[in-house]
Amino acid sequence: MTDTTTTKASARSFWRDVDLRAVAPFVALFLLLVLGSFAHDNFLTTNNLLNVMTRSAYIAIIAVGATFVISAGGLDLSVGAMVAFVASLAIMFMNAGSIASPLGMVLAAMAVMVLIGMACGLVNGLITTIGKIEPFITTLGMMGVYRGLTTWLSQGGAITLRNADVQATYRPVYFESLLGIPYPVWAIFITGAIAAFVLYRTSFGRHVIAVGSNEDVARYSGISVERVRTLTYVIQGLCVAIACLIYIPRLSSTTATTGMMWELQAITAVVVGGTALRGGVGRIWGTICGAFILEIVGNVMLLSNVISEYLLGAIQGAIIIIAMLVQRSLVRKS
Amino acid sequence: MKRLLVGLAAAALAATMGTALAQDKKTIGVSIPAADHGWTAGVVYHAERVAKKLMEEHPNLNVIVKTSPDPASQANAVQDLETQGIDALVILPTDPDPLVNAIKEVKAKGKFVALVDRAPSNNDDSVRDLYVAGNNPALGEVAGKYIAATTPNAEVVIIRGLPIPIDQQRQDGFDKGISGSSVKVLDRQYGNWSRDDAFKVMQDYLTKYPKIDVVWAQDDDMVVGVLEAIQQAKRTDIQYVVGGAGSKDMIKKVADGDKMVPVDVLYPPAMVGTAMELTAAGLIDQVPVNGTYILDATLVTKDNAEQFYFPDSPF
Repeated sequence: MTDTTTTKASARSFWRDVDLRAVAPFVALFLLLVLGSFAHDNFLTTNNLLNVMTRSAYIAIIAVGATFVISAGGLDLSVGAMVAFVASLAIMFMNAGSIASPLGMVLAAMAVMVLIGMACGLVNGLITTIGKIEPFITTLGMMGVYRGLTTWLSQGGAITLRNADVQATYRPVYFESLLGIPYPVWAIFITGAIAAFVLYRTSFGRHVIAVGSNEDVARYSGISVERVRTLTYVIQGLCVAIACLIYIPRLSSTTATTGMMWELQAITAVVVGGTALRGGVGRIWGTICGAFILEIVGNVMLLSNVISEYLLGAIQGAIIIIAMLVQRSLVRKS
Repeated sequence: MKRLLVGLAAAALAATMGTALAQDKKTIGVSIPAADHGWTAGVVYHAERVAKKLMEEHPNLNVIVKTSPDPASQANAVQDLETQGIDALVILPTDPDPLVNAIKEVKAKGKFVALVDRAPSNNDDSVRDLYVAGNNPALGEVAGKYIAATTPNAEVVIIRGLPIPIDQQRQDGFDKGISGSSVKVLDRQYGNWSRDDAFKVMQDYLTKYPKIDVVWAQDDDMVVGVLEAIQQAKRTDIQYVVGGAGSKDMIKKVADGDKMVPVDVLYPPAMVGTAMELTAAGLIDQVPVNGTYILDATLVTKDNAEQFYFPDSPF
């Protein structure tokens, strides 16, 4: 008798400790998986789920970066165009063929991507902080710049990796797996783990949240708001570069339309994951879950036979809103 | 013999000079969309290629090529060309209806107007003298007929473009092409004419259907994504993929005898060149060219692929 009371009490306190807002995206994901299992027999196969997780890697990793920017009270609309720009430059670098060994070439190209990605992020950050321009306008402008430069580099067409050896060396990065898990899925979880550590366990991470919740208070407590904000954009650029690392081996080419609208998908993943658009709250694992939700919605729609292809957009929108409503109602109950 | 040749050459030279002197300087203005995806990049490439060639052939002909990213700037570009004093306008409108008035203004001043590919709602001789276009229903029909003839009992999945009229015309054409055969369409979904989206759609098709015989992607860019998805799934049931447009990569595959890409259906960006050549012929040689000129959706096979291969084109 006494025993049961204690268990009940401890169970209750356990549930009180769990932040329902953080759990909500996972509940939505679970419900979506149940829904999907009705859509098609093959939905819950390992193959399909790994396919979906693998291709959600781009949005998931970009959205991890966006979690930093958004929880510090910023916004980055340029990420989709940045993917196209960074990946195009990397392919052109590999096509220039200055390094003989294919492996060396790929590694060098990866380093180039990381450097260019971080430099792009730094530009966004400095214009926003030193230039004191609204991040919406800065990154909208930079979106045009990166997109335009990509179109110019490709002359509107495609930029394709021409060296067959380099292509063969690089291709496994998207298509092969380690311990049964494809490399891009590893990339999601490793990026997520590092990001979660930085955001939750370092002083920089706490500064990010502080700047996002109240800029003035953060400034009075001695945090360099400009430095923290700029660094979040650099992290965003780095995440874009990581997404590019696994984007190139898939199709070995970029076009002027690569990464179109990815910025909106990334922001949606962040918000579905429970991060507040106004800043001050950041949830890395929620964001990754949000990216999975977005990709699975599309997958379920396509696998089901009942939905007209003309209605896909409408139903996708509705499911995202329902997922958010489920979250809200869970939070209110707590 | 030698003297005869020299004499002939001199006569030919005199003849050309004579005609050249008899003509005034003529100018053709060409207004096209800026290169924002593969097909328009091909349009820009071919417009510039043909412009150079026409000017070499006709020393008295000047061809000005202007690209514009959207209807508003294209309307300005047309005005600028008109101000520069053109005798003929060749235009591939970014969006035809908003540009109709700008085009009509040029036409009202007695200039020759050639309209390419995208027609406004009232596409009659009050808007243009010459209309050159590809054939969207035929692009679908040719693909459908080829699939019905090659694999009469095929189960086909279709990847559509964007929900706009030309996409619907292609679908209707395809249905017409396979009507009467036992070709079965398993599914149609939008791939937005994007490589990445086509990759996703194809991955999901492969999950959804245990057996697919043929993929009709109706666009060469999307075929790139489709082929990667098939290769990744290591599926051997898919016999071949049919694209469309005529990008250099796919034409190359056809020419090389790639089993997965045995044919392509033409919707050539080079059609802007057809309009420019016809316009020049009308202006200089005074042959009648007014009318409507619909290019066939030619089936590109291993035998004729070489003819449509432009290795220098970005598309």
